[in-house]
Order: sequence, then C-alpha cells, then structure tokens
Amino acid sequence: MNTDLHTYCLRLGDNGLILSHRIAEYCSKGPHLEEDLAITNVGLDLLGQAESFLKYAADIKGGGLTEDDLAFRRKEHEYLCIHLTEIPNIDYAYILARQFLMDVYHFYLYKKLVTTEDPIISGIAAKAIKEVTYHLQRSTGWVIRLGHGTDESGQRIQEAFNNIWMYTDELFETDDIEKNLEKKNLGVTSSSLKKDWEGKVKEVFISAGLSIPSITKHSLGYGKYGIHTEYLGYLLAEMQHLNLLYPDAKW
Amino acid sequence: MEDPKKLEEFQEKIDADIKIEPKDWMPEKYRQSLVRQISQHAHSEVIGMQPEGNWLTRAPSLRAKKILMAKIQDEAGHGLYLYCAAETLGVSRDQFLNWLHEGIAKYSSVFNYPTLTWADIGAIGWLVDGAAIVNQVSLQGTSYGPYSRAMVRICKEESFHQRQGYEIVVTLAQGTKEQKQMVQDALNRWWWPSIMMFGPHDAESAHSNQSLKWRIKRESNDELRQRYIDKTIHQGEHLGLTFPDSNLKWNKKTNHYDFSPIDWDEFWNVVKGNGPGNRMRLVHHKKAHDDGAWVREAALAYEKKQNKNSLIA
Amino acid sequence: MSTDNQGILWEVFVQPKSGKPHKHVGSLHAYDKEMAMKAARDLYTRRQEGCGIWIVKAEDVISSQSTDSEAFFDPADDKIYRHPTFYKIPDGVKHI
Repeated sequence: MNTDLHTYCLRLGDNGLILSHRIAEYCSKGPHLEEDLAITNVGLDLLGQAESFLKYAADIKGGGLTEDDLAFRRKEHEYLCIHLTEIPNIDYAYILARQFLMDVYHFYLYKKLVTTEDPIISGIAAKAIKEVTYHLQRSTGWVIRLGHGTDESGQRIQEAFNNIWMYTDELFETDDIEKNLEKKNLGVTSSSLKKDWEGKVKEVFISAGLSIPSITKHSLGYGKYGIHTEYLGYLLAEMQHLNLLYPDAKW
Repeated sequence: MEDPKKLEEFQEKIDADIKIEPKDWMPEKYRQSLVRQISQHAHSEVIGMQPEGNWLTRAPSLRAKKILMAKIQDEAGHGLYLYCAAETLGVSRDQFLNWLHEGIAKYSSVFNYPTLTWADIGAIGWLVDGAAIVNQVSLQGTSYGPYSRAMVRICKEESFHQRQGYEIVVTLAQGTKEQKQMVQDALNRWWWPSIMMFGPHDAESAHSNQSLKWRIKRESNDELRQRYIDKTIHQGEHLGLTFPDSNLKWNKKTNHYDFSPIDWDEFWNVVKGNGPGNRMRLVHHKKAHDDGAWVREAALAYEKKQNKNSLIA
Repeated sequence: MSTDNQGILWEVFVQPKSGKPHKHVGSLHAYDKEMAMKAARDLYTRRQEGCGIWIVKAEDVISSQSTDSEAFFDPADDKIYRHPTFYKIPDGVKHI
C-alpha cells in the first residue's frame, strides 16, 4: 500500500467531510431561504468530494475497508482535517469567512491536482474544480457584500477573519508525505499554494474594504497530523453517534 | 358585492378548466383562499426542513447523508416555488413571514411531531411525503395557474423523496433486531399524523365546498386520504411491518381499506398550536430570521450603493 | 423605508437546450443581479434542466392585460389568410 497516498487522500477527504458537516449543521438556520439552499449546495459538493477521496483512501488500504468505515469509525486523532474546517458556526460571518478561505485554498489545490498523474485524483479534481470555481465566486461575492454593506456587517466579517486567521497557516503546512508525492507528480505540496492563495485573498479583501489580519502562527499541533481543536470531539460524537451505538448495524 | 356577471364568467372559466392567471379578475374570496393555502403550503415545506434537519448531522452513512441533504435542499426549493406563486396574488414574502411569526399563518401540523430516531427520517419520506404526493398530484390540476405550475414542478421532485424514505425503511426492516424495532416504532408514531395530513372530513371542513367549486381543490379530503391508505399498506406489510390500527382491513365490497376513526381531538389540538413541536418550530424559524437580519440589511445596503454608483458613473 | 426585507423579486427564464427558446420557470428573491443569477442556477437547474438563464426584475416585466384580450388577440382570429391552409393549390403542383 502506498501509505503516503493513503494519508494524503485522508487529509483531503477529511477537510471536505468536516467542512460539509459544519454546513449540514446550518441547514434551516440561514438568513434568507435562497441562501439556505445555496449554502446546502456547497455542502453537497464538498461531501461528494470527501466521499471520493475517502473511497480512494479505503481502496488503497484494501482489506474490505469502506469510505463509511473511514468517515464514521475512526478515533479522533485519526482524522486529518485541518483546524480551519473545525471552527464552529458562530454566526453567518464566521461561516462565510471559513468558507471563503477554504474556497480559495480548494480552488488552487484542485487547479494543480487536475494535472497529477494519478488518474483517480486528477479525475476527482477535474470535477471538483468546476464546483469550487462556483463556490469561490459565491463566497467572494458575499465577502464583498458584507465588507461594504453596512457598518455592522463590515465589522462582523472583519472580526470573524481576525479571529480565525491564526488557523490559516496550517493550510500551507507541508511534510515529507506531500513532498514525496509531489516529486512523483501524484500530489501537490500545500506550501506551493501559498503565493496564489495570499494573492487572491488580498485582492478580494481590497475589493471588500477589509484588512488582512496579522498572522499569528499557532504551534500546538496541526489537524493534518491528528491534533485537533476542542471542537472536533463534539462534532464527531454527533456524526458517529449511530455507528457507535449500533456497531453491528448496516445503514 | 361583486358583479354577478363577472362571477358567472369566472365560474364558466373554472368549469371549462381554463387556468386563472395573476392579472385575471377573480372573486376576492378566491384570492384570499389561495393566499392562505399557497403560503401555508410554502410554510409547511420550510418548517419541514427542521424535523428532517434534526438527523442530518447524525446520518449514519455518506450515502444517507448526501441524499438527506439534497432532500432538505429540495424542501427549501419547494418553499421558494410556493412563496413565489403566492406572491403573484399581490402579497409580499415579507408579509407572509410576518404572519408566520405572529402565529396567524398555519402550516401542516405533521411537522410539529418530533423526529426521535433515524427511522423517523425513513417514516417521513415514506409516509409524510407519500401523503404529500397524493395531495400534490391532485393539486396539479388546481385552477390557479402559478399554483398549478409550482405543483407540477414539485411533483417531479417529490417521488425521489418518497423513495429516499422507503429505502431507509427497507434497510432497517431488513437489519438487526434493534433496527427492526426502531422502524416499527417510527411507523407506530407517524402513521396517524400522516393520515391527518389530509385534513378534516369534508363534512367538517369549512373551506371544502367552495374550494371544490372553484377547483382550487380537485378532490375531497376523504377521497385523497383513502387513496393514500390504499397505496401504502402493502408497502409496509411487504416488509413485515404492522400498522397501528387493529381495524385496518381490506374491504372486498368497496375495494378499499377500512380503518379506525381518526382521533380528531389530537388533530385539532395540533392545528390550534398545542402540538409537541409547535412553539419550538416557530422559535427556531424566528431565531434564524432575526439572527440573519444584519446579513439581509447588508445585502440591501450594498445593492443600493451599487445602484447609486452606476447612476453617477 | 425598511432596511430589512426579502430582496427584489426576479422572474427566471431557463433555456432547456442550445437552440431552444428560454422558458419561464418561476421566480425568486435576491438582493442584486449577481446573487439573483446564482440563486436561479441553484434553485432552477439542480437537475440539469438547462444550459442558459435569463433573469428579469419582476417590476420590469410588462404583461398584457386579460381585460384587453378581446381587442388584443381576437382580431387575429378572422385573418385566416395568414395561414397556409387557406390557399388552394392545384393538384400536382409541387414545392409550394
């Protein structure tokens, strides 16, 4: 088994899995019915991407492992999602801020992944890039709307970005796994996405009248290495509930 | 007092199955009936997102999760089609939402029941959506154009909903002992509420006769209810499930199922606002609305600024 | 003037396939045209119902009045010479 590729797919899959779960929590709580529907659409796309990566990860490991086993039956430290995806739905500003930063990241990630030599990953990326292009247009529009809307919306979105900014450095945290895969053109290093990500974020922030918060690197550990925020435990308790309670049941 | 000639011409149109469109003359009571019925139908779809959303984050497989998410999204969509149809009658969506929050508007009381287990999600898709389909297929023929077109659209999407629910029911009915108990329990709790969705007996329904005359409704409550019951029983029995009605029996003479009298006390209690979930469903809806005010205000303000800029440019 | 409402009402037209005319499918609320276009896509094309979308503010749609429909539409009723079936062509004459 290519353990590097397996781990890499878990990371990508878990980001989509947890981010889409946060969106699922927001169902029926949106500020406007059309927006509720639109956000759910984003969540569905992300869940689809997660499913594809987790299925591939399961196939790589083999032994009859399924994407559902991975999604619902791992221990907390075995999930490899980044902290940014775990931030709770404090309010619409946090949801949008989190989503926008991830959309920019996904956009440049999938743009590069389309060209890898792994046909499954490039296939997933080819579908995902269309979805994420739309997500990014959407979230960009809203960041600008809130930035320039009212004084209150401008303050709220700026504050949300300020408070979650410390989690953005993990987006570009790169290790040997990523470097090895990139050398073989099977994956992409996160660090290689940083310049484009920063450029795009800066461009949108200027359009929205927002300021880039000063980066505070957090060094207690990263989600992609299995060390998470306090929030993930609660999220998983809910998500895994039925599988834990009825371990022998099929759903 | 409305012009009797106009009323007569209107009735002729109805009897000839010509659709009434927004700009056409219509009796005030016709307009009011539709304003009430369509908007309450819309509210039902939106409130219905809550009991289903209650299990979305606990959906036990990726397939079940994405299907449920798509389904709840459809419910939002149905609410939107219906609010838009209702607005053609000259009432804004803002007004409809105010009436809902003030407790003046009603919505289908079935959504005031709680979803207590994952099996409830199956039961809702199978029974509640199953009942809705029977009602909505009939409503495709409603006399008011925008409502009829919204119903056609909704019906196309609704059969996926019922299959989604039934698939869950099948999985559980063929699963472990606990899963079988779970789905039987869900059926026990959702059967009567689903039957009550068709409303009171026609003899006791205040609106029924005029509604039928104007072809807002095409069939009576009791006819639709019977059709639903007749369709559904074998679907449950095929899986070894039993319905919570000892008098349920196929009648060879009438070619329909006989069933027990409905508990109308419970029905009216829930309709009047004392159901298990009534207050909290509205609290949830109102909270989402209030929490989102600053977002809507921002969007409004931004649009005004854009317009101002383009006028100057 | 309220600072909070559901937004502008837009009518949505979807082109089902390339070459076909756009068809009215319903309406929605959105605060500006970018949001309206995205909402139209999310609401009305989830099942691949189309390849093109037009959105128009509902207030900009001008509709014929049904009270005028007699004067407006009936006169076309008796000008049957506009239809090809009105004309007699001798048997055996082709391509016309």
